[in-house]
Amino acid sequence: MSDRHTSATVLLTHAVGLHARPSVKLTKLAKTFRSTIELGLSPDGPWIDAKSIVKVMGAKVPQGTNLHIRAAGGDADTAVAALIDLVERDFDEAGADAAGG
Amino acid sequence: MRPAVERRGHVAAPGIAAGPVVRLDRTGGLRREPSGDPARERADLEAAIASSIVAIADLAATLEGEAADILDFQIAMLEDDALSSSAFAAIAKGVDAGTAWSDAIQVQVADYEATADEYFRARAADLADIRDRVLRALAHDGDTATPPGAVLAGNDVTPSRFLSVDWASGGGLALFAGSASSHVAMLARSRGVPMVVGTGPIDLGDNDIAIVDGEAGRIVLNPGAEDWAAYEATRADTVARSGREDAVLRLPARTRDGRRLSVMINVAEPEELDALDPTTCDGIGLVRTEFLFHRPQGLPDEETQYRAYRRIVEWAAGRPNVLRTLDAGGDKPVPGLTIDDESNPFLGTRGIRLSLACPDVFMVQLRAMARAAALGDVKVMLPMVTVPQEIDQAAALLNRAVADLEAEGVACRRPALGIMVEVPAVAIEPALYANADFFSIGSNDLTQYVTASARDIAAVSTLNDAGHPAILSLIRRVVDVGREIGRDVSLCGDMGSDPAHIPALVGAGLATLSVAPPLVGRTKLAIAETGAEAS
Repeated sequence: MSDRHTSATVLLTHAVGLHARPSVKLTKLAKTFRSTIELGLSPDGPWIDAKSIVKVMGAKVPQGTNLHIRAAGGDADTAVAALIDLVERDFDEAGADAAGG
Repeated sequence: MRPAVERRGHVAAPGIAAGPVVRLDRTGGLRREPSGDPARERADLEAAIASSIVAIADLAATLEGEAADILDFQIAMLEDDALSSSAFAAIAKGVDAGTAWSDAIQVQVADYEATADEYFRARAADLADIRDRVLRALAHDGDTATPPGAVLAGNDVTPSRFLSVDWASGGGLALFAGSASSHVAMLARSRGVPMVVGTGPIDLGDNDIAIVDGEAGRIVLNPGAEDWAAYEATRADTVARSGREDAVLRLPARTRDGRRLSVMINVAEPEELDALDPTTCDGIGLVRTEFLFHRPQGLPDEETQYRAYRRIVEWAAGRPNVLRTLDAGGDKPVPGLTIDDESNPFLGTRGIRLSLACPDVFMVQLRAMARAAALGDVKVMLPMVTVPQEIDQAAALLNRAVADLEAEGVACRRPALGIMVEVPAVAIEPALYANADFFSIGSNDLTQYVTASARDIAAVSTLNDAGHPAILSLIRRVVDVGREIGRDVSLCGDMGSDPAHIPALVGAGLATLSVAPPLVGRTKLAIAETGAEAS
């Protein structure tokens, strides 16, 4: 099981791209899985550690980016599904930006 | 002792305080003697990072919203080995902990500073905040280093720095730049810390003493005997007054002889409203919509604007809301919209001039405002009107926006369309502007244009005096003409919350004052202490 590989792609719709609050949510969620999880801005990488806020924020991902997520490990399927779901839910803050002042 | 210097700014939080000046922009004083032992250096840096995480988590627990989010982000960064690994590598090679840490963060700071995206670029400040906090922890020069009762002065201040200070023993804040609607300003108001912003740069010495006068919106550096006497008097008065302000805050504003006035609030950020009780005011007399245009994602679309206006109208719960169309230009540039290289921006393409020059952007705002008008008592106000034709042109665009929305089947209403009276031409001949539905006197800009002096230019700031008889004469004229032609007249600007001017404004016949949210109590009390002799 430990060499299980999964990958998927999701469109980032969050208004400011992957900024501080969503980045924190994404890395916190990634850290709940044992698998290695990586993000890429293209299907061929380069790949960055989805559990590192320094790396995820450092990528400065703009809105409208196709985010590629891949994982390797026992819980790779669940991990990728959970991260895709978080991005698709717009990090649970749809509309919060406009209302947030 | 250096000579006394007075600098004027804006009130961000009322009250008055005095104390030794602590400069905010100093990163010096963070020196630490290196031990020379890599194992010791590594252990010290680990301990400093760990104690910083605990300290930030303590702060975050007391906060909500964006300020808490930023602290959560700082914690996540500090917890990430990717941030510290290069520092530990340098320590292993013999570099001391402070230098290793500074160098490691500097790489990150430079990376963010080089980003084109404004949002990500702004994160460089968070990194610098993290860097300095850990350096302070390393030097054991923790947050207690700010002496009790100090006046913090500098360009700007982070929420974490503000919250790290024990304000119980007094002290205040003076910011050269800064904004009365910043998070720190909101925190300062809620904790009763006097704060003045927008003083312009001040040359600070090492042993300076300062008075932060959050009543008058000024700072006095190295006060003389007269300044101290005035300080004591203001202080005694502030203490005596605060109880009486609380007593009138929830009551309708009435003069001693029973004349009812409306006291409304000026809003620059919808977030300000969260901490305010709508029953303490008679509505929102001025919504500065510029906040929508300073977002990293660029100009706001109709939906973004509509949602922001809706939030404001819902908060007001049936009370009136005056939405001012974009007042960009002057000292409020908007990237990609305002004109950068005008020789004199305050006499250039600002306010309604800019909106009429960019009708596509203006239409989006008018549509959003007409939609918000369907939700409650919403009026639209134009800034910097100079000739009546500008009102006609804006009215035509507003009518078209309403007609378009109706044709699209979108709920909307044609709001009343009024103007700011801030260009002297309007104040001198208000009857020419009867095509406006109402007048709101913008006392700050009117004073600046009538006295031809800016309050943030120290050499001429004393000329920028709203108490000049010419200003009051113009205000009386606008109120009188408004009464003759049946137009409501209100005043929004610092003059409206200044107890020194309120009797004259009441006497001039003004029935509505719109003031900064923390000054509602002060304004109501000054009205209550104004008697028939003013009328």
